[in-house]
Amino acid sequence: MEQPVLNVSGLETHFFTDDGEIPAVDSVDFHVNKGEVLGIVGESGSGKSVTSLSIMQLISAPGKVVGGEISYKGENLLLKSEKQMRKIRGNEIGMIFQEPMTSLNPVFKIGNQLVEGIRIHKKWNKKDSWAHAIKFLKLVGLPRAEELMNEYPHQLSGGMRQRVMIAMAMACEPDVLIADEPTTALDVTIQAQILELMKRLNNETNTSIIMITHDLGVVAEMCDRIVVMYSGKIVEQGTTKEIFESPKHPYTIGLIESVPDVRSRKERLYSIPGNVPKPGSIKTGCHFAPRCKFAFDKCFEETPELMDAGQGQLARCWLHEDKEKAALLEKVES
Amino acid sequence: MQEALLEVKQLKKHFPIEGGVLKQQVGTVKAVDGVSFKLHKGETFGLVGESGCGKSTTGRMLMRLLEPSEGEVLFNGENILSLNKSKMRQLRKDIQMVFQDPFASLNPRHTVEKIIEEPLIVHGLGNKSERKKRVKELLDIVGLSPYHARRYPHQFSGGQRQRIGIARALAVNPKLIIADEPVSALDVSIQAQVLNLLEDLQKELGLTYLFIAHDLGVVRHISDRVGVMYLGRVVEMADSEKLYLEPKHPYTQALLSAVPVPDPEYGKDRVILSGDVPSPAKPPSGCPFHTRCPKAMDVCSSVVPEFREVEQGHYTACHLYEEDQV
Repeated sequence: MEQPVLNVSGLETHFFTDDGEIPAVDSVDFHVNKGEVLGIVGESGSGKSVTSLSIMQLISAPGKVVGGEISYKGENLLLKSEKQMRKIRGNEIGMIFQEPMTSLNPVFKIGNQLVEGIRIHKKWNKKDSWAHAIKFLKLVGLPRAEELMNEYPHQLSGGMRQRVMIAMAMACEPDVLIADEPTTALDVTIQAQILELMKRLNNETNTSIIMITHDLGVVAEMCDRIVVMYSGKIVEQGTTKEIFESPKHPYTIGLIESVPDVRSRKERLYSIPGNVPKPGSIKTGCHFAPRCKFAFDKCFEETPELMDAGQGQLARCWLHEDKEKAALLEKVES
Repeated sequence: MQEALLEVKQLKKHFPIEGGVLKQQVGTVKAVDGVSFKLHKGETFGLVGESGCGKSTTGRMLMRLLEPSEGEVLFNGENILSLNKSKMRQLRKDIQMVFQDPFASLNPRHTVEKIIEEPLIVHGLGNKSERKKRVKELLDIVGLSPYHARRYPHQFSGGQRQRIGIARALAVNPKLIIADEPVSALDVSIQAQVLNLLEDLQKELGLTYLFIAHDLGVVRHISDRVGVMYLGRVVEMADSEKLYLEPKHPYTQALLSAVPVPDPEYGKDRVILSGDVPSPAKPPSGCPFHTRCPKAMDVCSSVVPEFREVEQGHYTACHLYEEDQV
C-alpha cells in the first residue's frame, strides 16, 4: 500500500489560559492519502480548525502543540524550524481560509499578492511568475484574468475573492491543500461553483485535500473519507459512504438526523439535547455522555478509545465494546 | 378562504446613492422592488434568497424599522404605514422580531430578567411582581430555568441566547413573529432544538411566523408556504411542498439543485449558475435573472415578466410560463 502523504498521530494542542490548560485537540490521529479528499466535520469548539492550524504550525500563544507527530512524506513537521516550515507552507501544504474578505490584503493588487507567493516559493522571476498567476486565475474559472491582476480585492465579489484565494493556494502546486470552511461565507449558488472547482482541481492535479467544515452536505458531496470531531477528540472515522449509511457513534447519528433536508420534510427534527461543551470542561468519561441517550455508568467513568465498529469504521464509544450493546444503535437507525 | 393577518402590497425600498462634493443623488439601490405577499393566521411563511436579495430589508420594513419608499402593509386590514409613532408603538406589541445574531441582539450589561422584562415595561404591562412572574413563565416556555434570570448574556451559549431572544419576543403576546435568520448562527445540533421550539410555540400559542433565511433545508422544514426572492423581487411563491417538488422558476430550480445533500449516494443533475448576483444599483433590464438564466430567451432581456398565478396557489414571474396562457 502507498504511504499516506500526511500522517497525524497523537496530536495534542493545548491552550494555556488563566482558567488552566485546555486541551483543544486531544490525541488526534488521522492520515491523508495521495489524491484523497478527507473531511473533518465538527461543530464549533470541536477542535477542527485548531487541528488544521497545528499541521501548518500557525498556532500562536497561548496555544501550543504539546505532543504527537505530524509526518509529511516521512518527516516530522513538529521538529522543523520556523525557517524550514516557511518553505513547506504554501509550497508543500497550502491553505484556504474561511473568510475571503479578510484573507486578502486590501491595499495590494490581486496580481501583486499572487506573484509574491509564487516568487517566494518557486524562486521565479517576475515575468514568469506573472504568467503563472494568470494561468491559475484562468484555471479557477475567473473571467478577464489579465485585468483582474491589476484590481484590488474590494473590486471583487465574495465568490471571486474565494476563487483568487484558491488560485493563490494552488499556484504553488502544493501536495496537500487544507481548506478551512472554504464555502461557509458564500451563497449556495456560489458555493456550488467553488465545490465544483475544487473537485475538478483534485481530479486534474491529484492534490490531496483536507476539507474542514460543519456542513454535512458539503462533506457528503466532496469527501472520500470523514473524520468526525467532538470536543477535541475524534469520535468517528470511516469512508463517507459508510458513515452516512450506518453511522456508529451516537453523536454522528444525531448530527445526521438533525439536519433539515431539502429533499423531503421530516415531521419533527431530531435534536441532540444540551449544548456543545466548552473544551476541557469535561474531565472524566466520554465527552458526549451528558448529551447521549445511550449513556450508561461506564460512559461517565472511563474515556473510551477509538474502537473497531466493523468495516474499518472506528468509533469512540463504549457501545462497541460488545455486540449486544452495539445492536442498540442499529435499532435507532431503522 | 383563510384569513390574512398581514398583507403586503407592492412594497418598495429604494436607497439613494449620493456622490460628489454636493452629495447629489447619482443613483438608487433598489433593495426591495415591488414585493407582495399575504400571511395567513397561524401559518409560517418562509422568505428565502441569497445575500443582497432584499429579504431582511423586507422584514425590517414590516416592523417599520425601515421606512418603505412605496407600497402598503396591511395588518388585520389596517395600513400600518399611515400610523403615527405612538400608534405604531402600540402595534409593535402584536408584531415582534427575533434577530439573527444572538450575541449582538442582547444588551451585555443587562441581566436576562431585565432583557425579557423590558418590552413589558415599554408597553406598560403588569406591575413589578407580575412582570417578574411573567419572566419566569417565559423562561420556562423557552426551556430555560428560573435561576437563569439573574445571569448575563455572556454566560450563555449561542442556542440559549437565541432562546432568550425568543422569550423577549414572546413577552408581550404577539400575534406575528418576524424571525430574521434565527438559526443561521447556531451549530447544527442546536439549530434543530431552536427549530423544534419555534414549532412547539406556534402550536401552543397560535403564532404566525415570517421566517427569513438563506438555508433552503431549514425553510422547507419550518414553512407552510415559501417565497423565493432575487434582486429585490419575489420570483416564485407556492406551498412549501409544491415549491420544493416542482419549482417553476429557473432561479428556484438552480437554487435547489445547488444545495449539497447529506447523502453521498444521491446523484443529481446540478444546474450551476455562472457569475454572481448583479448589483441592485444596476439591475439588468427585463427579468432581473436573465443574465444568469440557463433558459433565457430574447424577450427576457427587455420585458419584465409579470408575477402571476400559473397553477392553483403557485405564483411565478417568468416568461417561460406566459406562453401557456396564450
